[in-house]
Amino acid sequence: MTLEVDKLQISYRTLRGDVRAVDGVSFAVDDGEIMGLAGESGCGKSTLGNSLVYLEGRMKHAGGTVRLDGEVLPISDQRAMGRYRLKRVSIIPQYAMSALNPTRKVGRMTAELLKSRGVRYDSVEEELKRRIDLVGLPQGVLGMYPFELSGGMRQRATMVISTLLDPSLLVADEVTSALDVSTQRAVGEMLMEFRDERFVKTIIVITHDLSILAQVADTITVMYAGKLVEKAPAATVVGEPLHPYTQALLASLPEVGVRYEDAPLAGIPGRPPSLLHPPAGCRFGARCPFAFEKCSQDPPFMELRPGHEVACWKAVRDIGGTSVLAEADQPGTEGPAGPGAGSEVPAVPRPGAQLASPTSAVSPGPGEWTGQGTGQP
Amino acid sequence: MSLLELDKVSKVYKTGTFGGELKPALREVSFNIDKGEVISLIGQSGSGKSTLGKIILHLVPPTSGTVRFEGTDISAIGKAGLRDYYRRVQGVFQDPFSSYNPLYKADRVFDMVKSVYFPGVRGTDWQAKVEAALESVTLNPGDVLNKFPHQLSGGQQQRLLIARALLLDVRLLVADEIISMLDASTRVDVLNLLVDLKRRGLGILFITHDLSLGNYISDQTVILRQGVVVEMGETPKVLGNPQHTYTKSLLAAVPQLHKKWGELGAGATVIPAGEVRAGSSNGKIAHDEVGRYSKSPLHPLRQGRGGSGGPLSSVTKTAGGRPSLMELEDAPWQRRGPKAKKSPSAVLSAYPAPPLQECEAGHFVATES
Ligand SMILES: Nc1ncnc2c1ncn2[C@@H]1O[C@H](COP(=O)(O)OP(=O)(O)O)[C@@H](O)[C@H]1O
Ligand SMILES: Nc1ncnc2c1ncn2[C@@H]1O[C@H](COP(=O)(O)OP(=O)(O)O)[C@@H](O)[C@H]1O
Ligand code: SF4
Ligand SMILES: [Mg+2]
Ligand SMILES: [Mg+2]
Repeated sequence: MTLEVDKLQISYRTLRGDVRAVDGVSFAVDDGEIMGLAGESGCGKSTLGNSLVYLEGRMKHAGGTVRLDGEVLPISDQRAMGRYRLKRVSIIPQYAMSALNPTRKVGRMTAELLKSRGVRYDSVEEELKRRIDLVGLPQGVLGMYPFELSGGMRQRATMVISTLLDPSLLVADEVTSALDVSTQRAVGEMLMEFRDERFVKTIIVITHDLSILAQVADTITVMYAGKLVEKAPAATVVGEPLHPYTQALLASLPEVGVRYEDAPLAGIPGRPPSLLHPPAGCRFGARCPFAFEKCSQDPPFMELRPGHEVACWKAVRDIGGTSVLAEADQPGTEGPAGPGAGSEVPAVPRPGAQLASPTSAVSPGPGEWTGQGTGQP
Repeated sequence: MSLLELDKVSKVYKTGTFGGELKPALREVSFNIDKGEVISLIGQSGSGKSTLGKIILHLVPPTSGTVRFEGTDISAIGKAGLRDYYRRVQGVFQDPFSSYNPLYKADRVFDMVKSVYFPGVRGTDWQAKVEAALESVTLNPGDVLNKFPHQLSGGQQQRLLIARALLLDVRLLVADEIISMLDASTRVDVLNLLVDLKRRGLGILFITHDLSLGNYISDQTVILRQGVVVEMGETPKVLGNPQHTYTKSLLAAVPQLHKKWGELGAGATVIPAGEVRAGSSNGKIAHDEVGRYSKSPLHPLRQGRGGSGGPLSSVTKTAGGRPSLMELEDAPWQRRGPKAKKSPSAVLSAYPAPPLQECEAGHFVATES
C-alpha cells in the first residue's frame, strides 16, 4: 500500500467550537491506484485532501495516522512536512486555477517552488521540458503569465509542475470542475497518463462529479458529513452501490440520450448537516428514505462484500444478515464516534430484534432509490 | 410570431489597446424561442454563448442582424421602453452575488425591483408578493429573507434570483451557466424548477457547456462553435442522432457513468496540426482540436486496468507524432496576430457562416467543408 490512512481526524478551530470536518476516516490506496473521492460540497473532501499535504493554521490534527510508503507522515508538523512536499506528496488545491501567482511567469514560479524545496531548476529542466511536450503544451508556456493561459492549459501546467519530482501521492482537488466537458476529458485522461507514466504512484481525485470518477478512477470513495460511507472499485460504486447516499448521488445525475419528460430526476432533499455539532447516529439519517430505528446508532464502515466497504445499517441487513451484524458488534471495528472525539467509544450496536431478520421485502432494494424520502418532504 | 426571433445576429468585438483588433464572436445566428419552450445553447468556453445572452438582454448591441421580442425590434426601444422590456425579459447568471456589496442582505434585490417597477405598492402587499414568489420557487421565505448572500447555498441564491424575475411579468428568461457550479444533487432542483416555469408558459434560453444538462431540460438545442451555429433542432434529434462532426465530438467527451470515454470513439478525428486556432484575430474560421484525444504511445499499460482502458485504436496523434491533448479553449496568445485593418462588416462577410440544411424534419446541420 502506498498510502494508509487510519482513523484520521481533522478539525477546524472556530470561535463556536471545533468543526469536525474529517471524523475518523480510514482507507488505503495501492501503488498505481487512482482513488476518486466524491460527495456534496461541505462533506470534508478538501479538508481530507489538504491534511495529507498541508495543514493550514486553523486545521488541527485531532487523531489518527497517515502512512506513505510505510512511513508515518508528520502531518501536524509543518516544518517536518516541508521535506515531503512536492517530493513525496503534492497537491493541486481546489481553485488552483485562480491561485497561481499572477505576477510570476510560469517558468520562474516553478524555479522558485523548486528552490524552496532545495532542488536546482537546471537539474530538472530537461525533464520539465519533456513533460511539457508530453501534455501537448507549447514550450512557450514557461515564459508566460498564468492569465495568458486558458483554463485547460493552466490545469495542465499545474499538473506538470506539481508532479515534476515524481511524488508518491498527488491530491487533485476539483481539477476538472471549472472546465468544459471536452477539456475535462483531456485533463481526466492526463491524470491516467501521469499514473501510467509513473510520474506519480497514487492519485486522489476529489470531485463532486461521480461521472468523471467513473471515467478516471480505479476505486471510488464516497464521503458524507466528515465520514466515509462507501468504498469499492469504480464500476461497483456506479453499478451496484450499496449506500443510500451513493444511490441518491447517482440518481441525481442526468445522462445524455435519456428523455426525462415523464420521469424527472429527484435530487436529494435537504443539505448535509453542520459539522460543528454533527447529529448522532447515521449522519445521512435525516435525508435517508430508508432510515429505521437502528440508524440512531452510528453505522460502522465495514467490508460487506470483498473489496466493498459500506457504512449503512440497511446494507448490513440486506447483505450481511446476522453473521455480519455480530461482527459489527465487536468493539474496535470503527473509529471514535460521537461527541467524545479521541476517546475510544465505539457505537456498539446491540443485536437488535429488527436486525435479526435480514429480509428486505419491506424496503426497496439497493438501486431502487425513489427520492420519496421519509425524512423530508 | 415567436416570442423571440434572432435574425442573422452577428457580433464583432473591438479589442486591443486602441480597439484596433477585431474579434468575431457571433456569425449570423438565427433561431426562435417560443412561449413555453426551453432552448439550450450549448458550446464551449469562448464560443459566444454569453455574448448572445447579453445581446438578447439588451446589454450589448449586435454588430448586425435583428433581435425581435414579441414582434418588435429591440434595437428600436428607447430608455423608457427598456424599463418595460426588462419587465418581460430577465437574465440569471452564474455566481450571481459575486459582484454584490457584501454589506447588503440578499433580499435587497427585491427592493430594487419594487423601487423601479412597483413604487406604489404598500409594504405589506409587497411582502406578500415576495413571499408568494419565493414559495413558487420552493424557497421557504424564513430561510432566505434577511440573510447575507454567503449565508445562502448556491441553489438558494439561484432560486432567489429566479423568484425576483417572477415578480415581474417575465416571459423570457436567459439563464447563463446558472447551475454549472452547483452540486449534482442541487442542480436537479434548479433544473426541475425551470421545467416548471416553462410549463407555466415562460420561454427560456438555457446556456450551458454541459450537454447532459441541456439534454435534460430542453425542447430545442443549438450547438454553437466559435460563434457559428453548426447544428440545431429538436433536442432528441440533435443529441440522439448528431450529424455534425463537432456535435459528435462534444458528445464523445461527456463523461458517462457506464461507458468509458475510449469506448465511444466517435470523437477521434484527426485534424491536421497547423490549422489556424480558435478565434484568431485575422478572422479566419478556426479549427479547434475537438476530438483529438490522444494517449502516450509509450505506455499501453492502461489497458486492462482501471481508468479509461480505452482501445488504443482510438488514439490519434498530431502531425508531428507527438501526443497532444485537445485544446478547446481560445488561448489568448493565439488571438494575437497582425492588426486587422478591416471593418467589422468586412470581417464578417469575408467568412460567412456556413448554411444550415434540414437533414430530417426539425433538425438542421451546417455543411462541413
Ligand atoms: N477554514 C474553515 N473554518 C471552519 N470550517 C471550515 C473551514 N473550511 C471548511 N470548513 C468546514 O469544514 C467542512 C468541510 O469542508 P470542505 O473540506 O471544504 O468540504 P468539501 O471539500 O467536501 O466541499 C464544511 O462543513 C466546512 O464548512
Ligand atoms: N467585451 C468583450 N470584448 C472583447 N472580446 C470579448 C468580450 N466579451 C467576450 N469577448 C470574446 O468573445 C468570445 C465569446 O465570448 P463569450 O460570449 O463570453 O463566450 P462563452 O460565453 O461561450 O464562453 C470570446 O473569445 C471572448 O474572449
Ligand atoms: S439506512 Fe440508516 S444507516 Fe443506512 S444510510 Fe439510511 S439512515 Fe443511514
Ligand atoms: Mg472542496
Ligand atoms: Mg459565458
